[in-house]
Amino acid sequence: MPVPPAPATTSVTGWGRTAPTTARLLRPGTYEEAVEAVRACDGRGAIARGLGRAYGDAAQNAGGAVLDMTGLDRIHEIDAVGGVVTCDAGVSLHRLMEVLLPLGWFVPVTPGTRYVTVGGAIGADIHGKNHHVSGSFSRHVRALELLTGDGETRLVTPEADPELFWATAGGMGLTGVVLAATIQLLPVETSLMTVDTERATDLDDLMARLTATDHRYRYSVAWIDLLARGARTGRAVLTRGDHAPLEALPERARRAPLAFRPRRLPAAPRPAPDGLLGRTTVGLFNELWYRKAPRAQRGRLQKLATFFHPLDGLPDWNLVYGRSGFVQYQFVVGQGQEETLRSVVRRLSTRGCPSFLAVLKRFGAGDPGWLSFPMAGWTLALDIPAGLPGLGALLDELDEEVAAAGGRVYLAKDSRLRPDMLARMYPRLDDFRSLRARYDPRGAITSDLARRLAL
Amino acid sequence: MKDAFGAPQSLLVLGGASEIGLATARRLIARRTRRVHLAGRPSPALDAAAAELSGLGADVHVTAFDALDPGSHEEVLGKVFAEGDIDMVLLAFGVLGDQARDEQEPLSAVRVASTNYTGAVSSSLVCGAALQRQGHGSLVVLSSVAGERARRENFIYGSSKAGLDAFTQGLGDALHPCGVHVMAVRPGFVRGRMTAHLPPAPFATTPEAVAEAIEGGLRRRSEVIWVPGRLRPVMAALRHLPRPLFRHLTAAR
Repeated sequence: MPVPPAPATTSVTGWGRTAPTTARLLRPGTYEEAVEAVRACDGRGAIARGLGRAYGDAAQNAGGAVLDMTGLDRIHEIDAVGGVVTCDAGVSLHRLMEVLLPLGWFVPVTPGTRYVTVGGAIGADIHGKNHHVSGSFSRHVRALELLTGDGETRLVTPEADPELFWATAGGMGLTGVVLAATIQLLPVETSLMTVDTERATDLDDLMARLTATDHRYRYSVAWIDLLARGARTGRAVLTRGDHAPLEALPERARRAPLAFRPRRLPAAPRPAPDGLLGRTTVGLFNELWYRKAPRAQRGRLQKLATFFHPLDGLPDWNLVYGRSGFVQYQFVVGQGQEETLRSVVRRLSTRGCPSFLAVLKRFGAGDPGWLSFPMAGWTLALDIPAGLPGLGALLDELDEEVAAAGGRVYLAKDSRLRPDMLARMYPRLDDFRSLRARYDPRGAITSDLARRLAL
Repeated sequence: MKDAFGAPQSLLVLGGASEIGLATARRLIARRTRRVHLAGRPSPALDAAAAELSGLGADVHVTAFDALDPGSHEEVLGKVFAEGDIDMVLLAFGVLGDQARDEQEPLSAVRVASTNYTGAVSSSLVCGAALQRQGHGSLVVLSSVAGERARRENFIYGSSKAGLDAFTQGLGDALHPCGVHVMAVRPGFVRGRMTAHLPPAPFATTPEAVAEAIEGGLRRRSEVIWVPGRLRPVMAALRHLPRPLFRHLTAAR
C-alpha cells in the first residue's frame, strides 16, 4: 500500500515542546462551528486548545482534531457594579485584565502567565499565589456553557449540576468543550501591588516563615535555589504582596491608578542550542537571583505584571530549553507531610537538577473539582531540560514518594506520569471515567493526555 | 502514547525473536512499555521470547508474520494496529546468509535480499501508513554498518542493508510532515546468535548496547544512530577511501 499523501495536519506540542503529535487544527469562530466540529469528528475525537500553555500533552490529539478556541473571544457582558463577567472560553486572562482593570476589577485567580484562556483556566482548574485565600479558579466560576461529546450544549452551574460542573473543573477538557463562562471578579483600587520580599537561608527556615505569616498576605510564593547544597539546601526568596490601596500610591500615580500597560520584549527567534541551561549557567543565575533579592524589604510598589507574570515579558521563553524541550514537575503533599517535601528537595539538589528557580507555595484547603490538583499543604514546581539523562527514572521515583505521602502531580504540567500512579493520586478517577462515558458515549472528546494516562 | 522522554507505552517488534528486538523490548518495559506485539514466524524461540517479556510484566501478544510473504503484510499488521495505537514499531528481522554459498546459489542470495529488503519495504510501508493515520509514533529500522560500503566478504547482506538504509531515509522524509519519527540504526558487528560462527570484528557491540542506543535515539528523536557512536567518524573516513586502498585493507583481515 502506498503511503497516502499527507493530509492537512499540523504538528502540535505543549509549552514544554516534548512529544509532538499531528492533528487537524480547526478554529471555530462561532458556537455552531464548534458544535459541528465535535459532531463531525471521527474515531480519533477532538480536544479544545487555548493558548497552549499546558506543559504536556493535554491539548494535543494525535490523528484527530484540535479545536483552537482562540477564535471564540467575545466578552458578552460585564456587570461593573457586582463584578461579574461573562465571556467566551477563548478570551485570555490578559484580555480580561485589559478590559476589567480600568473598571476596578481583577481576575480572581491568575497563574504565572496571563496568556491562558478562560477555558484553559477551568479545564486545569488553575491556582495562583492566592490559593491559601481564594482557592482555585473554578471556585469563582458561577456558570459555564459546556459542549459535551454527545453534541449537546449545556448550561452548567455548581448548584444545578454539581457533578458535571466539578468534573469539568480540572477535568483537562475531557468532559467537553467549554464555550463560555461567567466569573465573579475581585475588586481592586489600583493596578499596583505592595510587595514584601525576604530571604530564607534554608528549607526549614522557609517553611517556618511561610507557615507563620502566609495568612497576612493575599499573595504569597517562594523561589527556591535547587542547586544550593549542604546547609544552604532549600535557600529561597519569599515574595508576598497585596493589591495596593489608593492611598499607598505616590501623588503622580494616583492620577491613573488603574493603568495596565505591560511591556513585552521581542520573541526569542528560534530554539536555543541544547544544553544552554546546564548546571553552570543555571547555578550562576540562581546565585545572582538569590544575592540580588533584598534580605528584607517591606511595602515596595510593583506593577501587576512584574509581580504575577515576570516571564510573560519574554515571549516564547520556552525556546531557551533547546530542541529537546523541557518538563515541568509540580507536585503537592498534604499538611504534615513536610518530610516528603524535604526528601524530594534533598534528592533534587543532590542530583544537581539544573532547574531555574523552583517555586514553593503553601496551598489552602483543597478544591471540589474531581481532578483538581490543590490540596491543603505544600506544592513545589520546577522546570528541567528534558534532555537530561536519567531524568525520567528520577521523576518516577519522586512520584512514588509523593503518592506514598498521599500527594499528587499536576496534570496541566504533566507529560510523563506512569498511568498506574494516577488512581493513587486522584481518588475520584473512577467517578470521572464513568461520568465521561455517560456524557460522551462515543468517545468524541479525547486527548493525548487521556490516551497516555487512560483517563 | 510516548511520554516526554520518548518512552513508548506500546511496541510492535517485527522479527519478534531477534536478540536486538528482545533486548530493546526488555529495556523499554523497564520504563513505560506495557503492551508488546511480537510478530515473527511461529517458533519455540518466539514463544520463549513472549513468555520472558510477560514475566517482566508486559501484556504480550504474538502474531504470525513472514517477511517473505509481503502479500499478507497488510492484513497481519492491520490487525495489530486495530487493537490500539502502536507508539513504536521496531523492524528487527533480517538474515545474514552465507556469502560463500550464496554466491554459488543465486536463489539463496535472493532469499537474503527478499527478507532484508523487499520484506522490510513492504512491512515498513504498511506500518508507516498506520502510524501516519494515528498521528504519532516511531518506526525504528535496524540497518547495518555493512550497508555503508560494500565489502568483499559480505556484499550480498551489505547490499540488502544499503537498500534498506536508503529506503528508510526516504521514508523518514516522507513521514516527517505527518509527525511520524523514522530512525535508522546502524550497528557495527553485533555479537550474538547471527554472528556466533564469525571471528569478532573491530568496534563489535552487543544487543544490549544497541537497545540502549535506541532508547537514547528515541529521547532525542534522532534520525540515524550508530552503535557504537565512534563508528560514525570511522565510517565517514572509510567511505571516502579509494577503492584499491579499501580493497587492500579489507582483504588483509
